[in-house]
Amino acid sequence: MTDMRAERSRRAWFVEGMKGLFSLPGFILMSAFVGFTALAFQSGLTREEAAFLTFFVWALPSQMIVVGAISSGMGVLAAFLAVSLASIRMTPMVAALVPEIREKKTSSALLIFLSHFVAITAWVYTLKKVQDIPREGRIAFFAGLGITLTLVNTAIVFSLYGVVSQLPPIAAGTLYFLTPMYFVMSIWESARQPVIYWALALGMIVAPASHYVAPQIDMLVTGLVAGTFAYVIDRSRRRRAP
Amino acid sequence: MTAQEIGVFVFILIAGTLGTDIWRWLGVFGGKQLSEESEALIWVRSVATALVAGVIASQILYPGGVLAGTPVTLRIGAAAAGFAVFLLLKKNMLAGIAVSLALVALGLHLLGI
Repeated sequence: MTDMRAERSRRAWFVEGMKGLFSLPGFILMSAFVGFTALAFQSGLTREEAAFLTFFVWALPSQMIVVGAISSGMGVLAAFLAVSLASIRMTPMVAALVPEIREKKTSSALLIFLSHFVAITAWVYTLKKVQDIPREGRIAFFAGLGITLTLVNTAIVFSLYGVVSQLPPIAAGTLYFLTPMYFVMSIWESARQPVIYWALALGMIVAPASHYVAPQIDMLVTGLVAGTFAYVIDRSRRRRAP
Repeated sequence: MTAQEIGVFVFILIAGTLGTDIWRWLGVFGGKQLSEESEALIWVRSVATALVAGVIASQILYPGGVLAGTPVTLRIGAAAAGFAVFLLLKKNMLAGIAVSLALVALGLHLLGI
């Protein structure tokens, strides 16, 4: 009896999570994926490749890096390293989320599976709502939210690819610009430490130099050189400040 | 090995999926030791941000498709104007993006594309 009730409540929480698609962050994410579709098309990916990339990576920064790596002919090892450097942030994100949503009996296999659906939107949304959800509903809530966001955005990429590829060039070219602008602003907006501003500015300044000096591994060079430089500047400023 | 050599899908799985998911998996098990405020994590965050900033800059400076044939001043100008509007209007992303995209559209129109 209690099992049935728990089962029913889990289903309800899964559905509750699915509704997160229609939240403001959900809509912002979907528009970002409309832009990503244009970016992938203009960069020469096929419809199937773009949808596959969305579902099996499910992190827009990583996806942008992979698109850039494919179109510039970067080696798979260098691309793996670049994606890795941009994705280390996933570890503390998942580590913060897991204790909030797991039950004692939750298996590691289920957590590993669900961790694929952790990306910034679902993560922020779940951590914000989790206090109002009973422990036994939290895994279901996150699963409903994360899986829905992933599947719907994969479907957006797959179905809109056809639309984007038929758009007049002026519209397709304009839509391409959505992704870089969305990203630069959302990084700026969500920055909680001054080092982020330094890294953002220096990364943009160093990028053309890396592209010129080391076109095959330019992203890695930009990240390591500009990122380390930004870190050193930030640390010396922190040390100097009382 | 490039995507052309090993196939795009394999390339995506190795570079994209593995490169992202191993960090998610690590978070399920051992992530608690990683303190948000540790120096190592600040460096990691800085490198990750600079890397993505570099990718953004490349998308603007070396675009594919339609924009490839446009003057770089149009693209930098549209990006800078949109970002300035974003900052001036207290981090209004919608306004910033709208201005950038409108300028790109105007530029493409004037170029006869």
